[in-house]
Amino acid sequence: MSKKEEIIRVDHITKRYDENAVLDDFSLSVHEGEVVVIVGPSGCGKSTILRIMNGLEPIQKGEVTYRGEKVDGKLGSITRIREKVGMVFQSYELFPHKTILQNVMLAPLLVQKRDRKEVKEEALQLLARVGLSEKKNAYPRQLSGGQKQRVAIVRALAMHPEVLLFDEVTAALDPEMVREVLDVLLSLAKEGKTMVIVTHEMSFAKAVADRVIFLDGGHLEEEGTASEFFDHPKTERAKQFLHTFTYDKVEREEER
Amino acid sequence: MNWEVIGSYLPLFWKAMWLTLQIGWIGIAFATLIGILVAIVRFYKVPVASQIAGVYIELFRNTPLLVQLFFLYFALPKLGIPMRADFTGAMGLALLGGAYMAETFRSGLESVAKIQTESAASLGMNKSQTVWHIIFPQAFARSVPSFVANVIFLLKETSVFSAISLMDLMFTAKDLIGLYYKTTECLVLLVFFYALILIPVSVLGDRLERRVRHAEFGD
Ligand SMILES: Nc1ncnc2c1ncn2[C@@H]1O[C@H](COP(=O)(O)OP(=O)(O)OP(=O)(O)O)[C@@H](O)[C@H]1O
Ligand SMILES: [Mg+2]
Repeated sequence: MSKKEEIIRVDHITKRYDENAVLDDFSLSVHEGEVVVIVGPSGCGKSTILRIMNGLEPIQKGEVTYRGEKVDGKLGSITRIREKVGMVFQSYELFPHKTILQNVMLAPLLVQKRDRKEVKEEALQLLARVGLSEKKNAYPRQLSGGQKQRVAIVRALAMHPEVLLFDEVTAALDPEMVREVLDVLLSLAKEGKTMVIVTHEMSFAKAVADRVIFLDGGHLEEEGTASEFFDHPKTERAKQFLHTFTYDKVEREEER
Repeated sequence: MNWEVIGSYLPLFWKAMWLTLQIGWIGIAFATLIGILVAIVRFYKVPVASQIAGVYIELFRNTPLLVQLFFLYFALPKLGIPMRADFTGAMGLALLGGAYMAETFRSGLESVAKIQTESAASLGMNKSQTVWHIIFPQAFARSVPSFVANVIFLLKETSVFSAISLMDLMFTAKDLIGLYYKTTECLVLLVFFYALILIPVSVLGDRLERRVRHAEFGD
């Protein structure tokens, strides 16, 4: 794994909101073809990490680089880096005034100045891949949450990113729609796409992750392969955290 | 009610309506322009300009159009700036309307969530691409209902133009009533012609609202 080229490097960063340190001396590196899953309790800083990797949040200490180039929302190079680092949000954030096809085609045309015909062909292929061909002329408000999220993924893919960042992309969905979105992620993983995924879906995390990062209170508490982390967590905090996802069989009083 | 009287007054009211429409249209066009500029200045908190814009908005929203017109028409010439009545009418409407339109467009801009900007940014779009392709269209769509309400409000406000001797609908009605005492006929015509102006605006506004509705709300 470490022989593969390093794509994103998060180097000893500290992030504060006012005086509160949300991330403290946090480091992470993402290599080509790797699927890194970040898990941890609510408010531990998972979203913040992804946002920092996309230059959406300033940091107070440390450095984030993409292929050796500094990621900083204030630098002119940021748009070029963001072309290569795709991000999908929990709330989809499709552009409501544009059709599905326009949502997908906008950035490749505008930012990458690619040929319209080629972009359209690819957009249609990608929509077909996630089963949404017939929705191409619909507006976002006409789609279900799961459909919108699949479009958001396609929109990110249309930019040909090198890394994809997913921030709890199923958290806003009704349970029956979670699967259709996670299946898309699984198929991307199978293709060897480099991804950083924040999720609360533990069985999905276990299936998709090459490496799991367990975050607590802005610190990296534990790191390991999927089976290491899920089957043999080392730290007490990790054990506790995983325990919140399992339920013991309820013993009814009268059966005692 | 005397239909003959109505028939004979009709051309006068018709002419007056065109005056109202002409001044109204020019005033509203400039009001929209001022509104957009002031809204942008306020939204992006451009230093100094933003404060000046704030004072302008408060001043014009909180004084009657009649007072503004009097000031423009009677006070400015005393300060050595000659003013024509029709020009004054359009300018008053533009300034008053600009203050209202500014608030309309600003709240439209503010209603576009910050995360939409981030979503555009994460696709590699730069500031100006984001503003033109993502923020403005959504802000505009959300401003439409309030924009239409402003247009109707401003068209109604033109009824005070008579105070600076513009021969608009109100002036014509008052004038004719004063001369011939055909009060009922004049009032009927007045209502009719205002409705003739405002109902189409309202219908068109409704259409426009429906057309842009798909851009409302994130989902
Ligand atoms: N704009 C902000 N201003 C102040 N504090 C913030 C801001 N954004 C996030 N925080 C704080 O930073 C911490 C980390 O937030 P973050 O959104 O990264 O958590 P998370 O791990 O993604 O949580 P969740 O699982 O609930 O999404 C939280 O305690 C949150 O309250
Ligand atoms: Mg989060």
